[in-house]
Amino acid sequence: MRAQFVLSEIGVGLRRNLTMTFAVVVSVALSLALFGGSLLMRDQVSTMKGYWYDKVNVSIFLCNKGDAESDANCAKGAVTSEQKKQIETDLQKMPVVDKVIYESSDEAYKHYKEQFGDSPLASSLTPDQMQESFRVKLKDPQKYAVIATAFDGRDGVQSVQDQKSVLDNLFELLNGMNWAAIMVMLLMLVVALMLIVNTVRVSAFSRRRETGIMRLVGASSFYIQAPFIMEAAVAGLIGAGVACLMLVVGRYFIIDNGLALSEKLNLINFIGWDAVLSKLPLVLAIGLLMPALAAFFALRKYLKV
Amino acid sequence: MIRFDNVSKVYPKQNRPALREVSLEVERGEFVFLVGSSGSGKSTFLRLILREERTSHGQVHVLGKDLARLSNWKVPHMRRQLGTVFQDFRLLPNKTVAENVAFAQEVIGKSRGEIRKSVPQVLDLVGLGGKEDRMPGELSGGEQQRVAIARAFVNRPKLLIADEPTGNLDPQTSVGIMKLLDRINRTGTTVVMATHDQNIVDQMRKRVIELEKGRLVRDQARGVYGYQH
Repeated sequence: MRAQFVLSEIGVGLRRNLTMTFAVVVSVALSLALFGGSLLMRDQVSTMKGYWYDKVNVSIFLCNKGDAESDANCAKGAVTSEQKKQIETDLQKMPVVDKVIYESSDEAYKHYKEQFGDSPLASSLTPDQMQESFRVKLKDPQKYAVIATAFDGRDGVQSVQDQKSVLDNLFELLNGMNWAAIMVMLLMLVVALMLIVNTVRVSAFSRRRETGIMRLVGASSFYIQAPFIMEAAVAGLIGAGVACLMLVVGRYFIIDNGLALSEKLNLINFIGWDAVLSKLPLVLAIGLLMPALAAFFALRKYLKV
Repeated sequence: MIRFDNVSKVYPKQNRPALREVSLEVERGEFVFLVGSSGSGKSTFLRLILREERTSHGQVHVLGKDLARLSNWKVPHMRRQLGTVFQDFRLLPNKTVAENVAFAQEVIGKSRGEIRKSVPQVLDLVGLGGKEDRMPGELSGGEQQRVAIARAFVNRPKLLIADEPTGNLDPQTSVGIMKLLDRINRTGTTVVMATHDQNIVDQMRKRVIELEKGRLVRDQARGVYGYQH
């Protein structure tokens, strides 16, 4: 009896404030879509950074057998163990160097697998195709050039790469977009909450006759408040559902189809479906709880119990 | 059943108290008229019993409970033992007669079976048998008040509070309503009724409590409306 009674009250309430409900749904959907989007953007950035990005500043890639045939820098053949030892001691002696880490081709293969695990390129690769490298952490990241002049062109060195220069500009852009998304999200969130508070106020007012009678006959405050809170929660949940749909459709059209970035930028590793799907429960939970809480606090002000 | 100990009530932003040092007791099964001109404190008196307001000084006991010590979440439970009837009926216009009465049972979580049994019973009692499916708008004022009384009585309260229940009704209809309230009183329910209706008070010859400017000025068994009116 109770459940059915409460449900019918919710239906009546949502229909009565249809325009307001619609506004709540749209603003919750937009703010949660932006929220999910910015979470995914963060995932995307960390996917692209790979294993070494945050740990070192400069990578010195050494020639392997394959490079000896194809790369001009490696014309004198693959790197020898004496050359490796020499490079390492030279690096240790340099005052700008903080730390040197040697990465074997097996380790390189492992890290590559971790980053590009689901890309078709990874399956065709074997460990001996990977380059050995020295990963160097500098005391001052700006001093990259010192390492480059010292080791570029040396026997056994294929290339010296400033780890950050490659992706930093892109990451700055993504980061900026992310902050913009978060700001807009916060704004939309405030709008959504204010709309919910206002909706509750209006529907508490339009139902003051019912709630007054409920109070008189001794309905518990929970019983009087439940329909309002559930209304907000239902509207929020619908909004969250729309937001989830936007995220799924968004990934599909940006990465797989439509914009098809995965084809155009096939060297970049994009976030997978698992990243998107793992965000959905969080989005739904926030969409359910936040409006319910907002309604609860609005009721304390607008509904005398 | 009801006890006021030296009760005063001052509303915020008002200098004159709505009730001043009122003390009285209403026993189980009594029928009490509450009279006095507008602004004399009748409504405040009833609102204190319903705990819509709290006292500024003094204590109100209802059904053996000190309302000042009753925590907010227990108030609904207290109100379930009270029935209330108002001048403006306070029915839900979009529900039928039966649904209006059932509403009082639904919101306190009575089972469907109980509701199905008790609603026709109480509607018979108030003389509305056969009008279960009418809408309140289709009924006369007297009939609407009977629905309101049915709703107030359906949970078998120990105490019925009526705030000018005949205020909107013609004298003949009012007599019918009073007979009904008298019948409810005879089942053992205490009735406290605020009214301006001189004829009714004079005819019924029940206990009369008169308030004037917030003070209790008369408490008379088998009284009349007033000497000077």
